Parts: sequence; structure tokens; C-alpha cells
Amino acid sequence: MGEIDKEIVKFLVESGIDFVCSVPCMLLKGILEEIEKTNLRHVRVNREEEGVGVCAGAYLAGKKPALVIQNSGLGNSINALLSLTKFYRLGLFILMSHRGDKYEKIKAQVPMGEATPKLLKLLNIEYAKVTEPNQLFLIKNLVKKAFKEEDIKAVLLSRSLWL
Amino acid sequence: MAMKRIDVIREISKRKGLIICNLGFPSRELYSIKDKNTNFYMLGSMGMASSIGLGVALCQKEKVYIIEGDGSILMNLGSLATIAAYATPNLNLIVVDNGVYGSTGKQPTHTAKVADLKKIAKGAGNKKVFEVKSIEQLKEALEQGGPLIIVAKVNQESKKVPEVPLEAEFIKKRFMNAIYELNK
Repeated sequence: MGEIDKEIVKFLVESGIDFVCSVPCMLLKGILEEIEKTNLRHVRVNREEEGVGVCAGAYLAGKKPALVIQNSGLGNSINALLSLTKFYRLGLFILMSHRGDKYEKIKAQVPMGEATPKLLKLLNIEYAKVTEPNQLFLIKNLVKKAFKEEDIKAVLLSRSLWL
Repeated sequence: MAMKRIDVIREISKRKGLIICNLGFPSRELYSIKDKNTNFYMLGSMGMASSIGLGVALCQKEKVYIIEGDGSILMNLGSLATIAAYATPNLNLIVVDNGVYGSTGKQPTHTAKVADLKKIAKGAGNKKVFEVKSIEQLKEALEQGGPLIIVAKVNQESKKVPEVPLEAEFIKKRFMNAIYELNK
């Protein structure tokens, strides 16, 4: 897989993430393959909200979990993110591919793609948008913050990273 | 005489292990039986009990008992497939099936007429799945060793007990400390 995928997973591991739940996305293909090569405990869930639940359990048991999903899955997860993760103050890092931005070819992705940054703000989820490889260090910063503050932090990965 | 949900919860509460308990009446009944630091009371996020329980079971060694409902597992059926794929022997999922959304006014769920949770759980790939209709059957099923899924058929009775008077963060911190101590 590409260097960028290796680098992203390296940042995840180095920042202390030790448990991952994922739902696939075309953009995340390489990242998910790289995750399988590490010692990270990786649970493939069917729906993003389910991953929020599994990550919550992992956090309760002392892990530092990450949810690796497409931004469309944010919509599937909102209730659990607020009434479970935020309400109990559980740490969670979300690595999210950002479909439906200016590079998108599939029109159905656009409404959620445009809403995603606004939704994150509305939900009071701090995030960074990563468009270039030299911004990947933001993953480390936000992972640290997620577990220090026991809150949800997210990174939106732009398609431009793979162009 | 049909089983009551509170009798199922009482039987689980007697055992050593961690309990992840569904929101609404199940958590209220569990609290009224005996509050313990090994109880995680859900206060929101309906449908998440089995997922939270799977996460806890995968990441530490102590036995995990998940008290789930028919309405809430029907919201998250995919979880049964994930449990089949990953669950470790410390996972015990008890679906208390009364055929109604008991905490919202007893509207019927689809297990009341058509859906069979035992068959759904088996079809999802789980090997040890039992349906029980009495406390004796429940006790026997709980001895089978996990990963275990038990569908406990109960009547619609809820005990009139108050809300869980604990703050979410208190429940969390106490539960995390209990897990830490048990796994030391």
C-alpha cells in the first residue's frame, strides 16, 4: 500500500491508540490493510454506531480506542456519540475519510460531505481537516487531547492525500 | 407462571462478573436489587448494550454479563454477527424478551408476533444460543460457558422502582476502577 497509508497508521500507533473499530471506505482501504499488519486489536463492525459502542466498552476496560470510518457514518452514530461517549466522558478518537468534498465524483456523497464539518461543530466535536501529508502530526495532537480530556476528537482525511 | 424480568436480572446479579445493563427499567431494577461497582448502568444510547459489552469482554479477562432487551437488540442486530465473529469466552449476552418496549409504554416489538431472536442469533453465526422460560432453565444455560447468548422469555411486568440516582461520570469511574482492580 501507499506510503501515506503507512504513515497514517504509524501516527495512530505512536500516539497510543491500541484498539480500532472500522467500517470500510474506498479511501480507507490502504489504512485498513496497514492496521491488519500491526498489533492493534481491530474489530470490523457493521455500522458506525455499533463501533461507537464497542469503542466505549474498550475505553471502560482501559484501552485507547479509535473509530476508523467514512464521514457518512457520522450520521449513523450521532445519538451514541452524544448520549454514550460524550455523556459519560469517554475518550474516543475518530479517523474519518471525508467523502463528498470538492474532489467527489459520486453525487450522493455530496450532501453529507458538505454537512460533515458543520455537524462536527454542532456536536461540539473538535476536529482537524488534513489535506496534505505534512499535516498528519495533527493526528497525534488530537489523540492525546481525546484521552486527556476524555472527549471525542476527530481528523477528517481529504481525498487530496491520495491524489 | 411466566418469569419476570427482575427475576432474570436478580439471578445474573448474584454472579461474579461485570454487568452492562440496558437503559430504562432494566437498569432501575438492577440498581434496586443491589448497587455494585461492577454494574454499568446505561442512561442513554438505546441499542448499544451488546456493543459496549463486546468491547469490555474483548479488552479484559473478567466475565461480562450484558442485560439487553428485545427492542434494543432489534435496533442493532448487526452486533450479533460481530459477537459471533469476535466474542471471547467471557461474554454472556442475556436478551430479556418481553415482546414490548417496556420503558416507553409497552408498544409491541416484532418479537411479539414474528421475530425469533434465538434463530436470528444462530443465523448470525453464534454457536451457543439458548431460549429459556424459567429460572431453572436460565441457571442451567448460564453454566454452559461462553460466548453465550440467552434469550430469556419474560412477561411484561416492570417493578415500580425509582430512576438510578447516580451521575454518568460516577458510574463510569467506579466501573473503570472495578475493572482495573479485578484484572490486576
